[in-house]
Amino acid sequence: MNLEQLSVIDLSLAALLVAALGLVQLIMGLGLLRSLLMGSVRMTLQLLLVGLVLKSLFEAANLGWVSLMALIMLALAGYEVTARQKRPIKGWHGYTIGLLSMGVTAATITLFALIIIIEPHPWYTPQYAIPLLGMILGNTMTGIGLALNHLTQTAWSARVKIEARLLLGQTAGEATAELRADALRAGLIPTLNMLAAAGLISLPGMMTGQILAGAAPMDAVRYQILIMFLITAANGFGSLLAVHLGTRRLFDERARLRLDRLTARKA
Amino acid sequence: MLFEVRNVATPFSAPMSFSLDAGQVLTVFGASGSGKSQMLRALADLSPHEGAVFLKGVNQTAMRPEHWRKQVGYVPAESGWWADSVAEHFSVAPKAQWLAALSLPPTLLEAPVERLSSGERQRLAVLRALSIEPRVLLLDEPTANLDDANARALTQLVLEYVQSHQAAAVWVSHSGDERLRLGERSLEMPAGPAALPVQGAPA
Repeated sequence: MNLEQLSVIDLSLAALLVAALGLVQLIMGLGLLRSLLMGSVRMTLQLLLVGLVLKSLFEAANLGWVSLMALIMLALAGYEVTARQKRPIKGWHGYTIGLLSMGVTAATITLFALIIIIEPHPWYTPQYAIPLLGMILGNTMTGIGLALNHLTQTAWSARVKIEARLLLGQTAGEATAELRADALRAGLIPTLNMLAAAGLISLPGMMTGQILAGAAPMDAVRYQILIMFLITAANGFGSLLAVHLGTRRLFDERARLRLDRLTARKA
Repeated sequence: MLFEVRNVATPFSAPMSFSLDAGQVLTVFGASGSGKSQMLRALADLSPHEGAVFLKGVNQTAMRPEHWRKQVGYVPAESGWWADSVAEHFSVAPKAQWLAALSLPPTLLEAPVERLSSGERQRLAVLRALSIEPRVLLLDEPTANLDDANARALTQLVLEYVQSHQAAAVWVSHSGDERLRLGERSLEMPAGPAALPVQGAPA
């Protein structure tokens, strides 16, 4: 079975559904027409652009270009982690903590999967490397963002409690034990939900895509199981590292809680 | 000399210097906003600050922060409670006679924190600090939520602790009567904008 090609007319018909939704919104006076329109146009342009980039990347299949693409994806994901927090750590520290914890784990796990598990030839074959990294980054970005957001927001609101513990002679580590555990949990909950829902409530996107492209269901399922394990590990280790680095930044060398290192609440 | 403070200043409080021998209590007063609490935070090394603080001649910076805070116990005006029951906040159980002296029933230790009145919280916060036996006590208006009888009882307990443990105390108080009861040593924080120099807020 080969993938049925989609023509411009096919896509226009699908777009018509969104246009109809926009019309209904307009009649009901809900005022979401503009956002729907902008979002749809933006999505189409972004995906077409990435399609072009991937097309030339696949043709070149060169380690340098694949690495450059991976770095750009990483930098954007690092920015997203900070942007999703209400009280991110100020300055380059905040960006670096997100980027470092994501970069180290996502890169290690993607390389491990490519070189030891999947073994395409060459190992950096972009058809494998880029989607794999993309899926791992997309998920760790969410997890690390949630973990750091929980850490910084809770530290902000629990200042009196944390300082009370410091005043009784606890170390910064002791005074934040529950906080750090809760932040890790917050980062891992979407992944745990994903594991529980896989196959029953949702058919994961990659597996669906492979089946549509003509892969045998059991082959697609094996790939999906691999991805699930990789995502879970990357998310867990990434959140651990982020919470560790984030907590260190919340305290100074005299174990003082330094909430002045967090940005004021964003609107 | 037990406790020595040399030119300790924060972005919100003017430079202060004083020293205390064992058994002494220093009361601190001054307009609100003059940075009394900020100075106490600096003495407990809870906020970045300038100047130097010494305990028995040992510089604050030469001691691990958790060791310093065990020996220089600070009780802020607002006490923090992080666990469910009162007892979980005590690493060392308070002495029975201390509870009795402050009219606190021993069963209160098993009570959930949210059932405590503000006066009970305040007395328990002082006991929590006393139970780890600090050499210096920093108290920020510890009798603010207490009726007169309980305020006197707390004053008496702290004075006895300071004598029996050869400790010292810095006590922020708005009440002139209370300051008289605590002894003759008193310090006024310089008020107003003079206490708010543009020293550059900590980054």
